[in-house]
Amino acid sequence: MADVSLRKVIKRYDDVEAVRGIDLDIADHEFIVLVGPSGCGKSTTLRMIAGLEDISDGDIMIGGDVVNDVPPKDRDIAMVFQNYALYPHMTVAENMSFGLRLKHYPKAEIKARVTEAARLLDITDLIDRKPKQLSGGQRQRVAMGRAIVRNPKVFLFDEPLSNLDAKLRVQMRIEIKKVHQKVRTTTVYVTHDQVEAMTLADRVVVMNKGRIEQIGTPNELYHKPATRFVAGFIGSPAMNFIPCRLEDAGGTLQIRLTDRIAFALPPARAARYNVLPRTDKLLLGIRPEHLTEAHAHLEPGVETFDTVLDVTEPMGMETLVYFTLDGTPVCGRVNPNAGARDGAPMRLAMDLNNMHLLNEESGVVL
Amino acid sequence: MSTLTIDKAGPTRKVKYGSMSRDRAWALRWSYFFLVLFAIFFLTPPLYMLITSLKSSAEISAATNPWWVFHPTLSNYIELLSSNQFLRFFWNSAIVSTVVVIITMLISVPAAFALARMKFWGSATLATGVFLTYLVPDSLLFIPLFKMLALVQDYTGITLLNRWYVLLFVYPTLTVPFCTWIMIGYFASIPKELDEAAIIDGASWLQTLLRIFIPVALPGLIAATIFAFTVSWAQFLYPLVFTTSVDQLVLPVGITTTLIKGDVFNWGQIMTGALLGAAPPLIIYAFLMDYYIAGLTAGATKG
Amino acid sequence: MADVVVEQGRLGSSARPRKGAGLRNVLGRKSTVAFFLTLPLILLIALLVLYPALYSIHLATLNKSMQKFVGLGNFTFLFKRDTFWMVVKQSCIFALTAVFFKALIGFIVAHFVNNVPAKKQRKWRGMLLVPWVIPPAMSTLAWLWLFDPSYSAFNYTLSFFGIGPVNWLGDTFWARFSVILVNVWYGAPFFLIMYLAALKSVPDQLYEAASIDGANWWQKMWYVTLPMMRNIIAITTLFSLIVTFANFDIVRILTSGGPLDKTHLFATWAFKVGIEGSDIPLGASVSLFMVPILAIAAIFILRDVSKRGNEA
Repeated sequence: MADVSLRKVIKRYDDVEAVRGIDLDIADHEFIVLVGPSGCGKSTTLRMIAGLEDISDGDIMIGGDVVNDVPPKDRDIAMVFQNYALYPHMTVAENMSFGLRLKHYPKAEIKARVTEAARLLDITDLIDRKPKQLSGGQRQRVAMGRAIVRNPKVFLFDEPLSNLDAKLRVQMRIEIKKVHQKVRTTTVYVTHDQVEAMTLADRVVVMNKGRIEQIGTPNELYHKPATRFVAGFIGSPAMNFIPCRLEDAGGTLQIRLTDRIAFALPPARAARYNVLPRTDKLLLGIRPEHLTEAHAHLEPGVETFDTVLDVTEPMGMETLVYFTLDGTPVCGRVNPNAGARDGAPMRLAMDLNNMHLLNEESGVVL
Repeated sequence: MSTLTIDKAGPTRKVKYGSMSRDRAWALRWSYFFLVLFAIFFLTPPLYMLITSLKSSAEISAATNPWWVFHPTLSNYIELLSSNQFLRFFWNSAIVSTVVVIITMLISVPAAFALARMKFWGSATLATGVFLTYLVPDSLLFIPLFKMLALVQDYTGITLLNRWYVLLFVYPTLTVPFCTWIMIGYFASIPKELDEAAIIDGASWLQTLLRIFIPVALPGLIAATIFAFTVSWAQFLYPLVFTTSVDQLVLPVGITTTLIKGDVFNWGQIMTGALLGAAPPLIIYAFLMDYYIAGLTAGATKG
Repeated sequence: MADVVVEQGRLGSSARPRKGAGLRNVLGRKSTVAFFLTLPLILLIALLVLYPALYSIHLATLNKSMQKFVGLGNFTFLFKRDTFWMVVKQSCIFALTAVFFKALIGFIVAHFVNNVPAKKQRKWRGMLLVPWVIPPAMSTLAWLWLFDPSYSAFNYTLSFFGIGPVNWLGDTFWARFSVILVNVWYGAPFFLIMYLAALKSVPDQLYEAASIDGANWWQKMWYVTLPMMRNIIAITTLFSLIVTFANFDIVRILTSGGPLDKTHLFATWAFKVGIEGSDIPLGASVSLFMVPILAIAAIFILRDVSKRGNEA
């Protein structure tokens, strides 16, 4: 058990910087998820922690010791790979014990650890099978078992669920969370799936183009994104970004979305945005769940407008509606009984209490 | 336009279906017919070996129907298998092929591992070089090799020419490049994560090779072994050039040079010897056909 | 090659004193290990392939007793001999004809095998590959016996049709025909196996799509099968061209080059003048004439193999 720290870690391939200076402190027992689109440097970061890639600059510390030059086997880490990387010629038990056997652990202890890990993962019956005879989910468990028996300081997961089908993925996600609650080993988990990141993590690290965009708990990222990238990446369907302007209208501050549509800001928001120059190019960020059908009684801060729907997608518990505002495509979420139909006019309500205002150029959330 | 073609296709479709399955049945019949013809073409020489080997000299010189054995006898087999000379050829072939297989594996497996997994200075060039070496035929090198071995003999006093063990030096030039090449292919097809998992598990390079790569690539290893053995067993030019004394000869050269005495061809014995000489590769092929074919196709298709 | 150079450059430039020094050692150790793992291979290629190849160029410039440098003397001598030009011609005829028929028969038979039900394919394939498995020196002896002038099984059979007797190995035309026939017999199964593997790698959906588009058998062959097999056909053909061009065993055992040197190939003639005739320099010169043709084929193979690698 240990904490992990990254200090200004850089990874260069020839003249390309894949990771451009990462600072990250991972506390003992913590479950950290690195998430981002492909090519954002999250896997490279994980592999640098593992020691599979050497770092070009900076320091990596595990349990307080700088491990830059320590080979992977001496870092006391365990890794679970995307394609499981089980040794095809070994049984489940042999797969799990390979590392311990290489280190010449006593036979009895190896057996005890394998049995315990198999029990924990509910694969006791499979212990003598070869990987080929296992299903995807079972292989995934074995790969985790191989990590657990080592009793390492840190678990590293490299997109471990992306080879599984959707249903199994949800199941294994819960499984991984349960295992972590039992063994409490510090965990770094890489995924491109924001749902996985949100559901598993104590803290999520959102990465983009080799840099960290934001670090925070799942709720922080969802409700207080720091940048346009994070705001757009977290949440599905994604947040809408609508070009807008700030205007003073008779003592109150309002945002104008189109020639026809302008909303007065709620007092708390108005106070916060009043300092902004009125000339800035801005984006209104609003999640689909804050764009709903208009009720007769409106909460304060909720404004209505009329639009014509392009397409509707009934999802059962809700209906997604798509329309455009001055050419910008917008998605909203309405009650399935609200009468939304393709091509029909509809009155929608926007909850400005949950709005975000972004600088269009810098992408910073204001 | 499109509606027009659909209209046209509509009525003819039904008829076409019936004729298609009939076509298929005919195609199958024709396929079998031609396969039988080609099988006769391909199998005539080995069958003729077998037929002749069961005939006595008297029957052969009587010029009766060559395709039939009227008085089958095993005398040719008994004679050859009790001849010290023939057994000597067989033994020489066996020891040369076995040792060459071992040498080949010891050289090509580690090299293939390094070339497939450890990018080092010049590794790409070396891999290409291995492939080019594989394309160099024996008939290009036998003259300079002959002269080189003669020179080595002159300088060091070690007798190499006309000794069966000289073949242990020259056969690997034919087997190692191909075996290295196909092992590179097999090793490269092992997912990178597998050695990374091994590294994290604490395995050294050598342990990764011995405990992960070799077991996982075992089919490739078997294919390479079969190749090395059959090439060594069948090689004809090098032993013809480098060995001359009767007790140093391997089977192919031994049979062609000693059983053919002047103009007297004892065909019964020659065919028996040829069949016995062909037996080891044929037996290996019969039992390990899939590996044999995998190795054959891997050589030209693994990039 | 390029990335390797860059890697080396990175190794050199990043000789920063403290940071990463240990890892460089590990890297250093890795390349040391790699060096030792490949060392036997490098030695083998250098000493027993590369050196003899260069040495044969040196040999080719010496006189018969190998004591005097004669420059291109051996080559000019060869150019003036009719036998040499005949060998050049015969080698080309032999290689091109044999490879053409091997490829053709292999292609046709591969289709027949592919036509029969999958369960029976294994058996047929196993049977048809037998010629490739038997050591050519052994099987050629069987052919020699089949062609035998006095007890020839072929002439015996042909006599029932009122043909012959054919002087298979004594007549120039029939001798050339015979060596090509035996080579085709030996090599066609290799093509068969390669083509069969290629045929199997064409996805069924492509044929189904072509059928729906209304393609007939010939169109499917021309627009689907052949383009998908193009690369394997090219590699196999070029590869076989090299092996056939450099063939020794079959001609040596069947005709020893006769009648009147009419069936000699480079390899057998080089053996005759170099080893049997003890004129090593001249033999080396003869075999060196194989190099240009082999090199051209090798370049094309290398191009196709790397192309294949890129596709995969």
